[in-house]
Amino acid sequence: MALKLESITKKFGSFTAVDNLSLTIPEKEMFGFLGANGAGKTTTFRMILGLLDATNGQISWNGRSINYGTSHLIGYLPEERGLYPKLKVKEQLVYLARLRGMNKREAARELNAWLEKFKIPEYADKKVEELSKGNQQKIQFIAAVLHKPELLILDEPFSGLDPVNVELMKDAVLELKEKGSTIVFSSHRMDHVEELCEHVCILQRGKTIVKGALKEIKRSFGKKNLLIHANFPLDFLENFPGVVKMKKTAEGVRLQIESEYVAEKVMNELAGKGFIRRFVLEEPSLNDIFIEKVGASYE
Amino acid sequence: MSKFWIILGHTYMSKLKSKSFIVTTVITLLIIIGLANLTNIIEFFEKKEEADKIAVIDETGSLFEPLSVQFAAMNEDFELILYEEGEKEGEKAVETGDFSGLLILSFDEENLPKAVYKAMSVSNISSTMTIENALQQLKTQLAAGQIQLTQEQLAKLYEPVEMEKIALEENAKTAEELNQARGLVYVLLFVIYFAVILYANMIAMEVATEKSSRVMEILISSVSPIKQMFAKILGVGLLSLTQLALLLAVGYYFVKRNLENLEGGFFSFFGFGDVPVATIIYAVVFFVLGYFLYATLAAFLGSLVSRIEDVNQMIMPMTFLVVAGFLLAMFGLSNPEAGYITVTSYIPFFTPMLMFMRVGMLNLPVWEPLAGIGILIVTIIILAVFGARVYRGGVLMYGKSNSFKDIKRALQLTKNE
Repeated sequence: MALKLESITKKFGSFTAVDNLSLTIPEKEMFGFLGANGAGKTTTFRMILGLLDATNGQISWNGRSINYGTSHLIGYLPEERGLYPKLKVKEQLVYLARLRGMNKREAARELNAWLEKFKIPEYADKKVEELSKGNQQKIQFIAAVLHKPELLILDEPFSGLDPVNVELMKDAVLELKEKGSTIVFSSHRMDHVEELCEHVCILQRGKTIVKGALKEIKRSFGKKNLLIHANFPLDFLENFPGVVKMKKTAEGVRLQIESEYVAEKVMNELAGKGFIRRFVLEEPSLNDIFIEKVGASYE
Repeated sequence: MSKFWIILGHTYMSKLKSKSFIVTTVITLLIIIGLANLTNIIEFFEKKEEADKIAVIDETGSLFEPLSVQFAAMNEDFELILYEEGEKEGEKAVETGDFSGLLILSFDEENLPKAVYKAMSVSNISSTMTIENALQQLKTQLAAGQIQLTQEQLAKLYEPVEMEKIALEENAKTAEELNQARGLVYVLLFVIYFAVILYANMIAMEVATEKSSRVMEILISSVSPIKQMFAKILGVGLLSLTQLALLLAVGYYFVKRNLENLEGGFFSFFGFGDVPVATIIYAVVFFVLGYFLYATLAAFLGSLVSRIEDVNQMIMPMTFLVVAGFLLAMFGLSNPEAGYITVTSYIPFFTPMLMFMRVGMLNLPVWEPLAGIGILIVTIIILAVFGARVYRGGVLMYGKSNSFKDIKRALQLTKNE
């Protein structure tokens, strides 16, 4: 019971957009799909949806291949937002939901619940082109989830939203997950992915470079961050053995170190030199991992 | 309800309710009602004016009587009135508007009538022409009297020659039938031409709008592009039939109502009296097939552009095809048997108009229109299969795209390598 991608390859002419990608996303899981721009995320989504045929490999949802017969099970929020500009919100959403196999009355009822949840019930009879971009985004999101899909694909769901609306949307996504939807989403905001996903995968030029449970990935990454705020200069730490990178912050420095052991050494070194206001050992962030992994292959 | 019908219904209803559709339909209806009532409208304006009076100074003393009899038979809009006073006073009376003109009759050296006509302006051709004609006839009679011709001899002189046109080919249409057919075919050709351009454009626009607003990506992830394309083509097709049916019904009602006024005029020349059923059936068949042909073409061309502004440029070649077909058909109306017309009527993009024109004007063996219909159907199927593949790839392509190279790219997208 899962979304399975088995050695998927997609070529456009001589260009390989996705190269031998294998993934298993278990049911009721929220899965983060990361990658630099042009890494092949959207192409992969389009193959999952059946819009593009894979050159090689198999994609299946709960053992069934995905085609127009299963489209009512799947919801999709494309990265390029798009709705009919001249249609009213209500007409539009009911139409799109009916195309996903929902009946009219049920769609209208669900729709009102969603508009309430997003605090925009007054927009039901407005044309989409009259709405602000953020509100259009909410409508687009409703269009993706209205028919209660089992599998939900969200391409950059939070881009272009203010922090309040990001929270609103995040809650909605989490609620869907609790209700049993399997969610695959891509984002460039690593903090969102860290907050929401247990499993991630990072694509680079069509190849998987990192894949697995977020905790495992962080642990196996090895390197940690050390945050130090002190009232004496810390510049000498840049060349300290075991320090990979140093970045100055307003009140001190943030070090990337090879292991926990290095932190102990640093502590001993600093002892007696002055007052240390802060000394924190942090797990590496997904951001660090992403930059390191993707950045490395850029070089 | 299957998704095909949902899209069809949505396309039909949303277009039907759109302001632009309602406005164009209403304007067209008004024009039709106006045309159908043209004679009434003209009469309405003319009846209000009183008959113009023309003052006549008769220097001969004998011409006024026969001229006014002649005149009354020819034109009801003018009245001749004998004017007893002098020329100067007559001119004044015209200037003050009591009379619309002053006619001075006299004899020339040979004792035949001649005349001077004075009016504020001589731009009203119908009045001067009538006076001139009436005088001409009077002169003919007098001249005939001088050389002692009898009325019968005169009549013989002016009797029109008898000439009957007979086509030797069996079943060939008589000249009268041809005239009838020409009018009908002319009107129907116009309908086909406008409808094909208008509705094919509508489809290309619709596809391009969905694409440029990016709603397409959601649509094609719910419903297959092929289903979508045909649901749209059928939806707009139904819309076109609705509009045409409405226009025809209203037009027919008013023409019928006014038929008495129209009898003997323009309409009977064009032969709307008894419409041949076969021609109407062929018109419907060729209209429907022509629509499908161009609509399929328009849908897949529309799927290639990413911005609405590029639609017109993209469908330009298609519009040229329609215009070329229409012009050929117009030339063909006066010479439907020309070799180039026969040949081009088998070229699928011209068939709807040219084959229809030929079948309406000539007595073709049945296999000819059937062959035309067959060619059309085959072409539509090929275009549909090819178009659907282009459409499927085309709707996913964005960027600067308005060249025919994109067709190749679109096909590549759908291909499994």
